[in-house]
Amino acid sequence: MKKIEAIIKPFKLEEVKSALSEVGVEGMTVTEAKGFGRQKGHTEIYRGSEYTVDFLPKLKIDIVVGDELVSAAVDAIIKSARTGKIGDGKIFIMNVEEAVRIRTDERGAKAV
Amino acid sequence: MKLKSLTAKFGARSAALGGLAALLVTLAGPAGAADAPKKPEPTLEQRIASLEAYVTNGDPAAPLKDKDGKIAEGLATPTSATSGPGHNAWQMACSALVLFMTLPGLALFYGGLVRKKNVLSVLAQCLGIAGLVTILWWACGYSIAFAGGNPFMGSWTKFAFLKGVDSAPNTDYSFWVSQNVFSMYQLMFAIITPALIVGAVAERMKYSAILVFITLWMFVVYFPLAHMVWGIDGFMNGVWNAKATIQAIDFAGGTVVHMSSGWSALILCLILGPRVGFGKEQMPPHSMVLCMVGTGMLWVGWYGFNAGSAVAADGIAANAFMTTTLATAVACFTWAVAEWVMRGKPSVLGFCSGAVAGLVVITPACGFVNSTGAVIIGVAAGLIPFFAVTKLKGLIGYDDALDTFGVHAVGGTLGALLTGFLAVLDVNANLSTNLKAVVGSSLWIEQVKAIGLTFVLAVVGTAILAYIVKAVIGLRPAPDEERQGLDIVDHGEEGYNLI
Repeated sequence: MKKIEAIIKPFKLEEVKSALSEVGVEGMTVTEAKGFGRQKGHTEIYRGSEYTVDFLPKLKIDIVVGDELVSAAVDAIIKSARTGKIGDGKIFIMNVEEAVRIRTDERGAKAV
Repeated sequence: MKLKSLTAKFGARSAALGGLAALLVTLAGPAGAADAPKKPEPTLEQRIASLEAYVTNGDPAAPLKDKDGKIAEGLATPTSATSGPGHNAWQMACSALVLFMTLPGLALFYGGLVRKKNVLSVLAQCLGIAGLVTILWWACGYSIAFAGGNPFMGSWTKFAFLKGVDSAPNTDYSFWVSQNVFSMYQLMFAIITPALIVGAVAERMKYSAILVFITLWMFVVYFPLAHMVWGIDGFMNGVWNAKATIQAIDFAGGTVVHMSSGWSALILCLILGPRVGFGKEQMPPHSMVLCMVGTGMLWVGWYGFNAGSAVAADGIAANAFMTTTLATAVACFTWAVAEWVMRGKPSVLGFCSGAVAGLVVITPACGFVNSTGAVIIGVAAGLIPFFAVTKLKGLIGYDDALDTFGVHAVGGTLGALLTGFLAVLDVNANLSTNLKAVVGSSLWIEQVKAIGLTFVLAVVGTAILAYIVKAVIGLRPAPDEERQGLDIVDHGEEGYNLI
């Protein structure tokens, strides 16, 4: 089992969601996040005052999938979230030791 | 009364009965008059002239005067000492509009511009001032500002507790508007003026200190200044006081409202010092949406402020309505275009600031200039306060949080000066009463004198009062209270309880 953590542009959520459903991902957790990478922020001017906004709004998607689904899910995210401009985001993949479905106490890949 | 309505009914049904009804009324008439046989009757001509005065906003008692200007004892017409319904209706609507400028117009305009931890503190300041100033106005404020007295101050007692301020007009100020309505109309100006100061000291002044300062400021700066400019025997009331030492004009409050609040705001914010973290931390507006909503309300309410300052629904009010619209729209557009040229983007705050600047600058001029003057004022209002808040502020480095100085002091001063150059006799007949010789020539010198006196009173008065309040109760919250935000510290509430 792997956990895939993807940081994407907020307006790409719907496309990413349907692309993931198509490859068989059945659930996900979405969090509103703020951050910056190479894109940096932007400047806002209010009358005489200039403010640099470093942290830009992003969405973080967490999904946990069986090993066989990882590369298909990553490809789906890349295809659907890409605009080709800086600020498209990142994907991180990590191992998951165990998963538990609270309602039934199922364990492992069956639980995700 | 009952008899009359009954006879009117019969009259409508039948002509014969109508004749009988007329007879009954005729019979009733002399019986009523017999109670006061010596009372002199106005002639029909006098009654018509008295009624015509309603339409021309003239003096309904004028037709009753003899050659020496005296009225025979007891001589009156039905319209000679009463309010006129149209003028009164207009003035009541205008009073509500001017209150609407503060609550919630200015409160939202300022509230949107502060950080979200301080939004309620600004709303509470506007609400608190509305209540506090009303009490002062009732107790003696109206009397000091508008009763006759000396050129600098009215009477402390004549209209104290609004005694004698009833529905009859006070002919010093209006022939047709009830004095109780007039006093409430002027109260709304007394409320918004100190509320404007709040913008400069937002986010960092203790609530108690604001209320104490404002109380003192009303007595030292506002009430005397309102009397000097608008009081019937005022020192600077060029339009109505033939003996005014400074023959200046201020239609709706360029000096009284905007210069006084703007310059006082600058002094108070200098004495108060900058916000904790000013220049190091980001302090952008928390809601430009609220700010824009507030601006729209200010613009709409300002028609009551400017056109209502004619204190009649007459041609002068009509002209003020037009000039207010023109100057505001032009300034709104000009400020945003200036931003577009200088910085690449026209911002919503630029449009809002331009609109308010236009309203401020046209205020003293609106009843005295024509459409050309209004457009010139609009352009000046879009450019000069723009440079004051974007360049001058950065050069000097004071923390005028919401630009009360840049918009109201600079705009108010600019407006008072431009009024001197742009006032024309043909839009306002009242200018010909006492000022025929100065309008179009040396009026601007009188305006400069009025600007000087207002400036000195506001600056000196505010400096003394601010140091007194600072010494007695202190002006600022503790630094960590200020960091936490005044909403929780001073009011125990939060503006937004969203998840």
